[in-house]
Amino acid sequence: MTLARIRLATLIVMLLGLVVCGPTIAQKLDPDGAPNPTASVTSERDLFKQVPRIEGRIDIPDTKAHVLIQPVGRTWDYFHEVLLHWGGAIVLVGTIALLGLAYLIIGQIKIAAGRSGLKILRFKAFERFSHWLTAVSFVLLGLTGLNITFGKILLLPVVGPDTFSDVSEAAKYVHNFISFSFIVGLVLITVIFFRDNLPERVDIEWLREGGGFIKNKHAPAGRFNLGEKLVYWLSLAAGIAVSVSGLLLLFPFYETNIAEMQLAQGVHAVVAILFVALILCHIYIGTLGMEGAFEAMGSGEVDLNWAKDHHDLWLAQQLAKEKRQGEPSATPAE
Amino acid sequence: MARMKFLCDADRCIDCNACVTACKNENEVPWGINRRRVVTINDGKPGERSVSMACMHCTDAPCAAVCPVTCIYPTEDGIVLHSKDLCIGCGYCFYACPFGAPQYPKVGNFGSRGKMDKCTYCAGGGGPEAPGSAEEFEKYGSNRFGEGKLPLCAEMCSTKSLLAGDGDIIAQIYKERVLKRGYGSGAWGWMTAYHQGIEV
Repeated sequence: MTLARIRLATLIVMLLGLVVCGPTIAQKLDPDGAPNPTASVTSERDLFKQVPRIEGRIDIPDTKAHVLIQPVGRTWDYFHEVLLHWGGAIVLVGTIALLGLAYLIIGQIKIAAGRSGLKILRFKAFERFSHWLTAVSFVLLGLTGLNITFGKILLLPVVGPDTFSDVSEAAKYVHNFISFSFIVGLVLITVIFFRDNLPERVDIEWLREGGGFIKNKHAPAGRFNLGEKLVYWLSLAAGIAVSVSGLLLLFPFYETNIAEMQLAQGVHAVVAILFVALILCHIYIGTLGMEGAFEAMGSGEVDLNWAKDHHDLWLAQQLAKEKRQGEPSATPAE
Repeated sequence: MARMKFLCDADRCIDCNACVTACKNENEVPWGINRRRVVTINDGKPGERSVSMACMHCTDAPCAAVCPVTCIYPTEDGIVLHSKDLCIGCGYCFYACPFGAPQYPKVGNFGSRGKMDKCTYCAGGGGPEAPGSAEEFEKYGSNRFGEGKLPLCAEMCSTKSLLAGDGDIIAQIYKERVLKRGYGSGAWGWMTAYHQGIEV
């Protein structure tokens, strides 16, 4: 009884299959009814009108080998060798040139009233650890990543092919494994600084007052000003983009096909170059561009007058908090 | 100077995989590496065609262009060779190759795919090894080309579907075949590889 039912079901499924497959089996016939091999031939040109890449059945376990022809490879070559080289060079050299120009025109932003000699803690040890874990990882990733794109133009002619090959292979492994400490750092920074980077009303005021770049104008800010918040959110977005695309590249062809691998590489490269440009600006303002800024991430303590200039609302908050706890408002510098 | 090319006349390919076997045996390539493969399009349907594919030794080879250590280059016969001494196993040549030709000995997580391997047109390797030497064979496989012979895959093709040799000559052979039998599915990959099809 059940066997008969199964047979019936199988027959119905097979018939349905025939109906579904029917239209695709459009064999062209000659007037005498014989199949015409000329008319029913699969030509490469016709296939490319329908699909971007030609795929078929393959007998070997290597699943990515079933793609017969993917002309997009040449497009990816053009992206990688022309657009990325020129675009990347323009973005990075342009950023460095702009920062140099900013230094010449604006110069270092000084502490308006000079140093007070009093210090206040801005970043705790764990916050600094998270920052520098990400920062060191980022610099290593940036240099080794740029080597893959620009090394053959800049470094190869200097050191020769054998040395360059050894350096690049080492750089590849550094890049692939340091990526994990970068991701850990990114997660830490995201969590630690999330609350203080949420937009506030004072951000608009800060922007209206020229963001602290205009002398004689005071731009008010809480713990982070709008510029720092932009670095935070842009870094978070770029960090997620490079991490996700990077993980896809670390595990090639697991859940991706050739087109997705090319896309992952493209996203990874473009976002990384913009990320490097952003961080160049971040490094500039944290070192050369502003007096007293580096020590926030260096020793963790900033001068009271620096805090007054750049983070007055945060300073007032901290001082009020310390007063409530009955501690001295600031510790004298040793 | 000859310009060496491959041409697979898909209307004659019977998916016997003799070219694949010939390649594997001649070059003693390890498990998992398939310098040549046969892909069947429209499997089981009218208009089904099988195409034998390996490195097409492209004009302006994209693999050579994207290689970060420039270890891939064309010879004066248009054969694209590479140096395994310089290859860093980054996998970029596979993303650029329109034909899926580059192969890697390992699975490749964390960039550990190993040195790239691909069809050498049975012309040995692009490294410093002496042509025809045991060292060259160990790394790259056979150097038939140095002995004046064509790749074994094409030489062994039972239906003479896979043609190897100077581009102009094999294009002429294909053209004559198409004219005589009255149909042809095209020179697969030629437009992409050599920027020219074969008009009949």
